[in-house]
Amino acid sequence: MAAINRDDVAHLARLAHIEMSAEELDRMAGELAVIVESVKSVSEAAGDDVPATSHPIPLTNVFREDVVGHTFTAEQSLSGAPDAYEGRFKVPAILDED
Amino acid sequence: MTETNSELVRLSAAALAAKLAAREVTAVEVVQAHLDRIAAVDGKVNAFLHVNAEQALAVAAEVDAIRAAGGAEAEALHELAGVPVAVKDLIVTIGQPTTAGSKILEGWHSPYDATVVERLRAAKMPILGKTNLDEFAMGSSTEHSAYGPTRNPWDLDRIPGGSGGGSAAAVAAFEAPLALGTDTGGSIRQPGAVTGTVGVKPTYGGVSRYGAIAMASSLDQIGPVTRTVLDSALLHQVIGGHDPRDSTSLPDPLEDLVAAARTGNVEGMRIGIIKELHGEGYQAGVENRFNEALELLKGAGAEIVEVSCPNFKYALGAYYLIMPSEASSNLAKFDGVRFGLRVLPEEGPMTIERVMGATRAAGFGDEVKRRIILGTYALSAGYYDAYYGSAQKVRTLIQRDFDAAFEQADVLISPTAPTTAFKLGEKLDDPLAMYLNDVATIPANMAGVPGLSLPGGLADEDGLPVGVQLLAPARQDARLYRVGAVLESLLEEQWGGPLLAKAPSLTDASSAAGAALSHGGSH
Repeated sequence: MAAINRDDVAHLARLAHIEMSAEELDRMAGELAVIVESVKSVSEAAGDDVPATSHPIPLTNVFREDVVGHTFTAEQSLSGAPDAYEGRFKVPAILDED
Repeated sequence: MTETNSELVRLSAAALAAKLAAREVTAVEVVQAHLDRIAAVDGKVNAFLHVNAEQALAVAAEVDAIRAAGGAEAEALHELAGVPVAVKDLIVTIGQPTTAGSKILEGWHSPYDATVVERLRAAKMPILGKTNLDEFAMGSSTEHSAYGPTRNPWDLDRIPGGSGGGSAAAVAAFEAPLALGTDTGGSIRQPGAVTGTVGVKPTYGGVSRYGAIAMASSLDQIGPVTRTVLDSALLHQVIGGHDPRDSTSLPDPLEDLVAAARTGNVEGMRIGIIKELHGEGYQAGVENRFNEALELLKGAGAEIVEVSCPNFKYALGAYYLIMPSEASSNLAKFDGVRFGLRVLPEEGPMTIERVMGATRAAGFGDEVKRRIILGTYALSAGYYDAYYGSAQKVRTLIQRDFDAAFEQADVLISPTAPTTAFKLGEKLDDPLAMYLNDVATIPANMAGVPGLSLPGGLADEDGLPVGVQLLAPARQDARLYRVGAVLESLLEEQWGGPLLAKAPSLTDASSAAGAALSHGGSH
């Protein structure tokens, strides 16, 4: 597996929507390289015949009756929003005008 | 604080419940005693992020009124009605802020209660407040809280464990008899170990996660944080059982855990030492107390066997791929749109994408950022199979190890953490060293099995608490209580009382030195 470098971290930070300063990218790249190195052995631990486990105690077909349950009012839903307008979440421009 | 108050806060929840039922004390007195204790010591300990005095006293007054009136309603009161409880600030509560220990949720109020909180309210247990934690439960020391670290009541210069250091320290410092924690890789059990308290991670799905802010959904579990094994069983019984609002909640009826704790017995039980979870890498004092616990259990009629779990050596690595992967996805919702912080970029175009980038940069701390980046990496195209896919296979291997071990033993046993509490700041700049604290607790989360940590004594070299961990097969939580109660009573017989009786009082000037003076091991 490839080592993680500063460019990778910059790319991942963009994907994860976290702005990072140059200093932060340097530090994070160093720390993550150590962590990634330490988890490498995981990829050699299991052969192809071992099935993956996504959930420790899987349950199947978990359904409920198709009836209206508890719902929040618009006011409750918006109560923690940084900005709201006429019963809706208000956000800055979705698209860059440039 | 009056003499009566300082005695009240030292009682177990079971003892408080008995006094309340016998009307020897009122719930208002019990709650006030704990609020007084919080006022007296929390400036030093910093276990609480929010104290809920008014609401807690109101609930207590309601319980007292019902008891005073008598009749059917008084008869129907829950055993723990009026016994106060603290709630880890990762669990949402109406009427109190929920921060998850993060700046990104500073001042946020949930419009709903977690299922476990609803159940506390239904039992009329006054909620004292919300306890400190590593940001979004990411850490083993509580130092990653955006609101300052919690300090270990045994030595205020040391960590109380994490992520649930606030809940463990609150209980250890007699600020609350009971608390709720969450455990993703050891966040209930490891703080229990280093503060000399009891903590239980139930079987995955045994307690509803509805209303616990998710870190890693396939690993997270809510559980009790207490000073005695019986108290954990009592609290577990309140919060456990099926909840249709959590699709991973087990439909099984809850076992009688309280009865298991009350009728502890290990005679003829096979208790398995996990070869890979002690010895090298474990502090000598931890190892010594662990070995003594084994001798006690043997003396009580248990058969001690050794089991091997060869794939546990991959557990930590696999955990640090699965947990960040799930966390990176779960934390995507903190984007400055629907709740919490919004930070506008200082210059350039004002698009939502740039607002998200600025908000998450300002709102998340370093450890959260590290894990989000690591998770994003592990899930990205080209790496998914090698990282996330492999880690999920390791999870299967760990489950198989447990299955094989539980063929040979009814319960497994290990130290809870490799060391006693370390100094604040000691491992803050070395994420990998920090992660190693959870080496013995992580396998249980990977496999979904239940685990309990209880105090095993004080390490000879530093006089600090050591934890002993018990693990049982999935859905067999009762076994933990059965064995835990026996070990606890045998140890307390040796100590001449609870281990926490040796902890510093925190209310006099010499308390900082108290820990150093009161040690001497558990012989």
